[in-house]
Amino acid sequence: MKDLMIRGADIVVKTLIEENAEIIFGYPGGAIMPVYDALYDYHDKIKHVLTRHEQGAIHAAQGYARVSGKVGVCLATSGPGATNLITGLADALIDSTPLVCITGQVAAHLLGTDAFQETDMVGISMPCTKWNIQVRSAEEIAPAIAKAFFIARSGRPGPVLIDITKNAQTDFGEFNYVPCLGFRSYQTKIEINRDDVQKAAEVIDAAERPYVLFGQGVVLGKAETEFKAFLDKTGIPAASTLLGSGALPQDHPNFVGKLGMHGNYAPNLLTNQCDVLIAVGMRFDDRVTGDVKRYAKQAKIIHLELDPAEISKTVKSHYSILGDCKDSLALLTEAVSQNSHEEWLEKFRELEREENAAVVQHDITPTKVGLTMGEVIHQVNQYKADDAVLVTDVGQHQMIAWRYFNYKKSRTQVTSGGLGTMGFALPAALGAQMFDFSRQVVCVVGDGGIQMTIQEFGTIMQTKAPVKVILLNNNYLGMVRQWQQMFFDKRYSFTELDNPDFVKIAEAYGIKSQKISDRSDLNEAIEDMLIHDGPYFLEVVVEKEDNVFPMIATGCSVEEVRLS
Amino acid sequence: MKRYTIFVITENFIGILNRITIIFTRRGINIDALTASESRIEGIHRITIEVTASEDSVIQLVNQIEKIIDVIKAFYHEDDGVVYQEIALYKIPVSKLDGGLEKIIRQHNAKIIAAEPDFVVLELSGHKEQTQELLEILKGYGLLEFARSGRVAVAKRMHTIDSYVK
Ligand SMILES: Cc1ncc(C[n+]2csc(CCOP(=O)(O)OP(=O)(O)O)c2C)c(N)n1
Ligand SMILES: [Mg+2]
Repeated sequence: MKDLMIRGADIVVKTLIEENAEIIFGYPGGAIMPVYDALYDYHDKIKHVLTRHEQGAIHAAQGYARVSGKVGVCLATSGPGATNLITGLADALIDSTPLVCITGQVAAHLLGTDAFQETDMVGISMPCTKWNIQVRSAEEIAPAIAKAFFIARSGRPGPVLIDITKNAQTDFGEFNYVPCLGFRSYQTKIEINRDDVQKAAEVIDAAERPYVLFGQGVVLGKAETEFKAFLDKTGIPAASTLLGSGALPQDHPNFVGKLGMHGNYAPNLLTNQCDVLIAVGMRFDDRVTGDVKRYAKQAKIIHLELDPAEISKTVKSHYSILGDCKDSLALLTEAVSQNSHEEWLEKFRELEREENAAVVQHDITPTKVGLTMGEVIHQVNQYKADDAVLVTDVGQHQMIAWRYFNYKKSRTQVTSGGLGTMGFALPAALGAQMFDFSRQVVCVVGDGGIQMTIQEFGTIMQTKAPVKVILLNNNYLGMVRQWQQMFFDKRYSFTELDNPDFVKIAEAYGIKSQKISDRSDLNEAIEDMLIHDGPYFLEVVVEKEDNVFPMIATGCSVEEVRLS
Repeated sequence: MKRYTIFVITENFIGILNRITIIFTRRGINIDALTASESRIEGIHRITIEVTASEDSVIQLVNQIEKIIDVIKAFYHEDDGVVYQEIALYKIPVSKLDGGLEKIIRQHNAKIIAAEPDFVVLELSGHKEQTQELLEILKGYGLLEFARSGRVAVAKRMHTIDSYVK
């Protein structure tokens, strides 16, 4: 019996290995040291990446989870180490990213005494986790971690936190790992209601101008094939949300563009002209709907969704199909009739031409002297691999990169959507790259955002992760400046940046770097970067005061989308 | 705005009450009263929450509560869908105990549940309107202390907890 007893810290690592975790992103400290000590013995079975900040660790775990479809694992110490995870937890919750975060905690007998580096982590993380738990004895560790993985990856995925007291890590306990396959308060398998499918199919068949909006649910549900089959059969035009991008190759004949505040012209405008709106794995975020009171009022709305709480949350649906869209799409495709909607699709194409003339021309073949963000991304498209991952930060560059990046494969879009977390990109790109060194990972970041997590250059240096970082430098907190220009009388209050020599910084970390500001250098710079074997930093100096269009201003309706 | 009773059937998990109440806090909705107790089935707790809100927001609340991993089931009823009761205690100085007060106690069906040298404690069970009415009267009798419980309630609908626990 005695030899079955192992240290709690070893139980932590052995359970992670049982759960097929291959890599941990983390940062050590007092209350988690026993686990770090245990990791020393298992380094051939599980990798650990030492980031330069816990926020970097959790964003890296998010990047890893997004491209791999697996659960990202993150490790931090108690107190400040743990609280540094909060932004990432909130980000992962709102973007449905599966994470298991383990934090150290002071010994159980010190709980509630304001001991050194004690923070009520379970309390603090409650609003930004799908589930959390504090573990105070060695025996509880394996069941808690098994349950955490199950919760993180099943149903609508999300972040889970386990707070482990130090005594639980140092005490001995039996290693009693059993995988978690479910429990009574948490039903993950939803039987699709056939009547709902039938009703929806009838409405779709009778529609003259049906329109599909798709979100990350298609990716999370691994329903890309079923989704494409549905579109192939029905001929319905389809537009993606920010996080849905990649779920359908952009060259698909039914793909009509991107939705939302800075999405494409036609997809936004025509939302208010369709007669049936079919939402698949998306949650009608306010950045997509604009003013909900004037959103698709003329349409019958059909919502395919896994999370019951999302149905009729912000936009009332007339019909809904609850369940995994992999199942519901397959059934729906069976139930609908073959159809085509050429005339209706042509309406999208017409407006697309308008957008091309009014916006895209300016963005990708500019007449101005300064480089635009759009032409940089356009060049990336010329050289990138089909399965290249685009990781973006938050701001103008994010919207432009998303608009112009040519998504061809699923799980190539990594960005902070719901939370809009500046500082996300650099660590998330590192995490995405750690999943697969042979994949191209292109990180597009602004001069503001990169400075929020710039320390992760250190992690890129140490791991040699061949991330390609493109800094689109406009010397401004550009997105905020754009709003100041448009809505605050050009009063540029604290948005201009005096920036450091970024290339010197990257070079100090041993990362091959280049800075360009001339159009004539762009082509070659992008090519050099993408063929370089190893990490690369490319700073592109762009127009200082360029704006992102189209745009639906706050409070406006989707049909008020403006081209300038 | 109407009064609703939300029922939550949940695992007895540390912090569950916290997880439920932050859903209200986040939306700026006040909880009028809340009671928690073990249910008929060991290990399963039931929480009864009284709230004044629009039906739309109650639906959102219930959806979000049910999303909590350790919650088994959440549902809501209007007042006419539940049988409910509250208990109120009133502490009155002995010096005020006269024939008039005795009549009031009788009329309201209140009980004296404790008599101390300086004070007596009256108990009345009923709906808020009833316990409130007595409260207003007793304010004229030197009321020293008053406490009222949250609502304990059962739904009129014929559903048992077992049907939620698979
Ligand atoms: C952590 C955080 N703080 C503040 C903001 C608000 N914000 C959104 S975009 C933006 C400007 C970003 O500037 P930069 O990184 O240079 O990107 P640009 O818009 O210039 O492309 C700011 C400050 C945010 N999204 N996240
Ligand atoms: Mg900028």
